[in-house]
Amino acid sequence: MVTDRKTDIGPPNYEQFLPPIVKANYGKWKYHEVLKPGVMVHVGESGDKLFTVRAASPRLLSITKLRAFADLADKYCGGHLRFTSRNNVEFLLTDQANIDPLIADLKKMNHPVGGIGNSISNIVHTQGWVHCHSAATDASGVVKCVMDDLHEYFTEMKLPGKLRVALACCLNMCGAVHCSDIAILGVHRRPPKVDHGKLNKLCEIPSVVSSCPTAAIRPTTVDGKPSVEVDEDLCMFCANCFSVCPSMSISDPLNDGVSIWVGGKVSNARVEPMFSKLAIPYLPNNPPRWPEVVGAVRKIVEVWAEGAHKYERMGEFIARIGWPRFFKLTGIEFTKEHIDDFKHAGLTYKRSAQLRHV
Amino acid sequence: MADPGDNATPLLDELEKGPWPSFVTEIKSMASENKMCKDLLGQLEKSYREKRGYWKHGGIVGVMGYGGGVIGRYSFLAEEYPNVAHFHTLRINQPSGWFYTSDAIRGLCDVWEKHGSGLTNMHGSTGDIVFLGTVTDELEPTFAELTEHGFDLGGSGSDMRTPSCCVGPARCEWACYDTLHLTNDLTQTFQDELHRPAFPYKFKFKMAGCPNDCVASIARSDMSIIGTWRDDIRIDQAEVKKYVDGGINIHKDIYANCPTRCISWDGETLTIDNANCVKCMHCINAMPKALRPGTDRGATILLGAKAPIVEGALLGSVLVPFIKIEPPYTELKDLVERIWDFWGEHGKNRERVGELIQRVGLGNFLEAIEVEPLPEMVAHPRENPYVFYEEYFEEGDEDEEEEEDE
Repeated sequence: MVTDRKTDIGPPNYEQFLPPIVKANYGKWKYHEVLKPGVMVHVGESGDKLFTVRAASPRLLSITKLRAFADLADKYCGGHLRFTSRNNVEFLLTDQANIDPLIADLKKMNHPVGGIGNSISNIVHTQGWVHCHSAATDASGVVKCVMDDLHEYFTEMKLPGKLRVALACCLNMCGAVHCSDIAILGVHRRPPKVDHGKLNKLCEIPSVVSSCPTAAIRPTTVDGKPSVEVDEDLCMFCANCFSVCPSMSISDPLNDGVSIWVGGKVSNARVEPMFSKLAIPYLPNNPPRWPEVVGAVRKIVEVWAEGAHKYERMGEFIARIGWPRFFKLTGIEFTKEHIDDFKHAGLTYKRSAQLRHV
Repeated sequence: MADPGDNATPLLDELEKGPWPSFVTEIKSMASENKMCKDLLGQLEKSYREKRGYWKHGGIVGVMGYGGGVIGRYSFLAEEYPNVAHFHTLRINQPSGWFYTSDAIRGLCDVWEKHGSGLTNMHGSTGDIVFLGTVTDELEPTFAELTEHGFDLGGSGSDMRTPSCCVGPARCEWACYDTLHLTNDLTQTFQDELHRPAFPYKFKFKMAGCPNDCVASIARSDMSIIGTWRDDIRIDQAEVKKYVDGGINIHKDIYANCPTRCISWDGETLTIDNANCVKCMHCINAMPKALRPGTDRGATILLGAKAPIVEGALLGSVLVPFIKIEPPYTELKDLVERIWDFWGEHGKNRERVGELIQRVGLGNFLEAIEVEPLPEMVAHPRENPYVFYEEYFEEGDEDEEEEEDE
């Protein structure tokens, strides 16, 4: 039996999954145009036209839904479909007449079409309480609530530029949210509770000690058992100790919650890629609808949508109007937590008298 | 004993309302036929009630001969929700560019219907197809059937993570190299590094066809390969005029947004000072029918991006300003091997390559991997005078130096 076992075959070669029109025009596309929300056409040097219809997905998909997508691909796209880097599903058509019937079918399945051009695309996110051990908030639930509220910006193209929102349910950032126009980040706010009874059995003490970026963890002995102690004043709740040692539990329903970050981007267009910066240090976890988070995100989107120039991403907009005005327009309180106090913090202090006095 | 209200999920039900597609509806659609989904709903409802997760730390589970590809997951509430007592995730290496046929999708669904929860992520953050939730005993049978369908597991832990890429030349006129081909080639070349974790920590590749970076490679991958060009932007002057007639204001919309102001318009002709173009893509994005990247194409390689854990988030920084990206990619693979050798030898446990570079200094790192320092690698030269000069003269050296100079 073991001899028949296949390993190390790697992924199936993508070429077998490409639609014929893609194979024929591979590397020979000339230009594209956005025809309407969620629909674009790519035109090849050959004159061939490939139409793309992009639909929202919750990322978590059942096999029932995947089979329904496969049926749509058979009905309209010669059996071809793809997914995007932001978890949307895309249908690739050669017959323009199929676009509207496909969109109608997708709407019946409750999958809105949009996310192309000057819109909010799908929210990239993590597992949250559905599947993760270190989540400080849920992921899919918060995303659902925020997108229920903002869906008009997905299905229409009425924004000044692109807006990329991402959510990570803890500082590990499996969703790498640190370069998003708006990032929703789950945060812990209480130092780890050490399980002195089990720690020595489950964890290597030197690894736990060295896992701490601020050297807050020291070896100690409790009731005759080797363990560690935490200097709570030095803890900034990164949970790296918990990642290497399950006896350093950091989840805490009373204190876990959500922070909001703004102004990051990865594209090189106009200005260089930028990190997101802290807008709101803490909002409570308030399931099932997270009204505080939904309200805060909408307010930030609206301030940007109203004030930004054409093409201007969140970070470019804030750079032009200045952070003091951003805080004023959004009504967000500026606090001690907004001022960096980690390594190289001084680089973020204002070092000129160029101020707007808003 | 279960009370009658046990199956009720009043909080999750709230997430079936509203116009955005609901993950709760997805889970519920499986709950009548799959016990795991029923218990997942139960545990999740409790999380919503108590505002906390109930998943334990990952355990070491996997398929024979592999060290990665499966994330062990166990519930703290095994007695209450026995069908999710084990709820392991499989990462399955996606085809480059996330293209599928309906038959391939159905094949994956059939495997997962038989062996797991029937819940997936399309796709996970690294790019893999994610099969969400099964028990230890089902891992090996799932894997056997997946390989029959031509699929293999992806990476996890301290290994090369599943490489991923943008749609590239398959459907984008801006792709400056074949992102799909390179992704597939690297994945196949480094199968051992992908399946058998032997690195200090994870290592991610992401291939982006142009500086728009639709796969966020500069933020999310240890090695970010971003397509670019080094000759002139191609201009179709007639199409430029059409954009102007259609309402584009070249001064306001294009020139004022150009980072080096290297573009100009006299009302008739668009001119670009290509020597000062930094390939930001803005003008091309704004007028895709009129402007196109040049034809001498390749990529910029950036190294070291990562999320905050442990020492703080990093964006990738330039390692190779321009490289031709053509099969068999020998120069690139040699570079990768040199980086992995140095990192493998000097990296600390759980130290990403970007953090290693911070610790030893980019200059020393370059020397170790035999890459010449270039001004493209820095935003600007250093601002402090604390230079670690490595050599100095002894008395008597000076004369020899002068003689040599003459």
